[in-house]
Amino acid sequence: MDGSPASASRLKLPSDWQDRLFRGVTRLFAILVLATVIAIFVSLCVEAWPAITKFGPGFLTNTSWNPVTEKFGAAAPIFGTLVTSIIALIIAVPVSFGIAVFITELAPRWLKRPVGTAIELLAAIPSIIYGMWGLFVFAPIFADTAQPWISDHFADWPVIGRLVDGPPMGIGMFTAGLILAIMILPFITAVMRDVFEVVPPVLKESAYGLGATTWEVVRGVVLPYTKVGVVGGVMLGLGRALGETMAVTFVVGNAHRISASLFMPGNTISSTLANEFTEAVGKLYTASLIELGLVLFFITFIVLALAKLLLIRLTAREGAQH
Amino acid sequence: MKLYTRRKIRNAFWLVASVLATGFGLFWLIWLLWTLLANGLPWIRLSLFTEITPPPGSEGGLANAIVGSLWMTGVGMLIGTPLGILAGTFLSEFGRASRSLSGRATALWAVFGLLVSLSGYLFDSGWLYVPGIALILVAGAMYLLGDALIASIVRFVNDILLSAPSIVIGVFIYSVVVLQTGHFSGWAGALALALIVIPVVLRTTEDMLRLVPDSMREAAIALGAPQWKVVVLVIYRAARAGILTGILLAVARISGETAPLLFTALNNQFWSSHLGEPLANLPVVIFQFAMSPYAGWQHLAWAGALLITGSVLLLNIIARVLQRGRVQSY
Repeated sequence: MDGSPASASRLKLPSDWQDRLFRGVTRLFAILVLATVIAIFVSLCVEAWPAITKFGPGFLTNTSWNPVTEKFGAAAPIFGTLVTSIIALIIAVPVSFGIAVFITELAPRWLKRPVGTAIELLAAIPSIIYGMWGLFVFAPIFADTAQPWISDHFADWPVIGRLVDGPPMGIGMFTAGLILAIMILPFITAVMRDVFEVVPPVLKESAYGLGATTWEVVRGVVLPYTKVGVVGGVMLGLGRALGETMAVTFVVGNAHRISASLFMPGNTISSTLANEFTEAVGKLYTASLIELGLVLFFITFIVLALAKLLLIRLTAREGAQH
Repeated sequence: MKLYTRRKIRNAFWLVASVLATGFGLFWLIWLLWTLLANGLPWIRLSLFTEITPPPGSEGGLANAIVGSLWMTGVGMLIGTPLGILAGTFLSEFGRASRSLSGRATALWAVFGLLVSLSGYLFDSGWLYVPGIALILVAGAMYLLGDALIASIVRFVNDILLSAPSIVIGVFIYSVVVLQTGHFSGWAGALALALIVIPVVLRTTEDMLRLVPDSMREAAIALGAPQWKVVVLVIYRAARAGILTGILLAVARISGETAPLLFTALNNQFWSSHLGEPLANLPVVIFQFAMSPYAGWQHLAWAGALLITGSVLLLNIIARVLQRGRVQSY
């Protein structure tokens, strides 16, 4: 045996090929994941190509959707997707914040886990169940009680009157947004709870030691320390709301129009796909639907990238402080 | 009012608001579950599991839909789980070193990609060009980039897949499988479900493997174990409960998925357990029956909904118990 370091580092073990094989196989599968995502993007582009070339960027702003004359525009579904998701965020963010504060700061130790689990179970219920419940249970009750009351009291108000205009049908943009809010609640709560828990106890104890109330600690210590993470969690929730399909399809009303009133039926990208995809005849119709899917893919991608960026910034700052 | 009282009142106000928010969240959960039990429980009977979906107006069960769902969930898991676990292993165990692919391996990969493209040409299936060309590009990228960079790219891309709307995945499988084979099939449905499983399993596997302390790896390597044995016999074993949790959560996630099945597996009124043809499945049957005007169909839809939710919640609770065991054991 010659003892030179070069040959020692090149020592061949009998198991070398096994290691190489194992590493190669795991790498192959990792790259398969990458290839799949690339393939999703490429195939959506290819299938949507007839619509992309025909309508150009005007597709995004055109409001007509007419399979007979083959005039397609994505404005109504995009509008519906954004509006329902924004309604969902307006409702879900404060509620999630309240729940996260309750779990991390208020609840006695024995109550933390059951409440946390119960809220997480909301995320486990399949979305089609939310849809059925929304259409058959929630919508009739909403139409009979809340909607007439709202119309009676708010119809004459300058802006709100426009938003709540329309017959009490129970279904529509608002109902879809509310159900989305319930569905994304657990996701936002989970992120908020996790980031609240990384606040060093020393910071909170110092504030308590100075005589701060629980709310002042949350407001003055916990929130500033975690705000980037909180926004990241909100973005993750937004991402889920944008792509949600079945629950929305049941309750949104499926009408291709943009109306100012939240109580009117509308449409989202995903519900349009769910309703029309199997029935679409003609190349251009299908291509337009697939282009809608591509738009949705882009929107969720941008939201995800923003969320990631914010969460990365949070961890970077955390690293700097420790 | 004294400042002190005002602060106390403001504190009480916000804390009450927080408790109310929690109540608001729990309120929907209870209402949903109660609705399901009230509407579904009366229709849970033996015929549900023994008879197939009926034509409107007559009695029947959901047997074909249950079997179809089990088949597709099973096959989807069989495809997605190993893929996700191995890819997750790469990210956690091999994605740390910035090692590049050797020239010979790059050439092999490129040749493989060429073969895939060529078979697309030979069998007149144009879509095979996409994976073929992707393989060649990726092999080149690996030669230039190295494992660490690949790992971080795959990590990011996996998050895209994780958050991709499931209906978009349905559209993708529709265009690469249904359009190419010319018909809807159980295979297409299973593949769509597998694409949803992969990112979930990959993510949990990576997270769980990272939780295993490095001292364990070092101890095993010091004993002379080759790296694959370290991973398979030591690291997997240490992270077993966590990985299993991820798998269970993935099963729970796909058993309720409807959107990706709408235009991949479609539906089938008749008895079939053959993956090569359109396959009945619980979510799509529930969707179709719930939207129908027939009372009998709607009852079946509620019973099916209760069935799915019950099993999904059960899976979640089992996963949670498993995870709790893991957390306590460290």
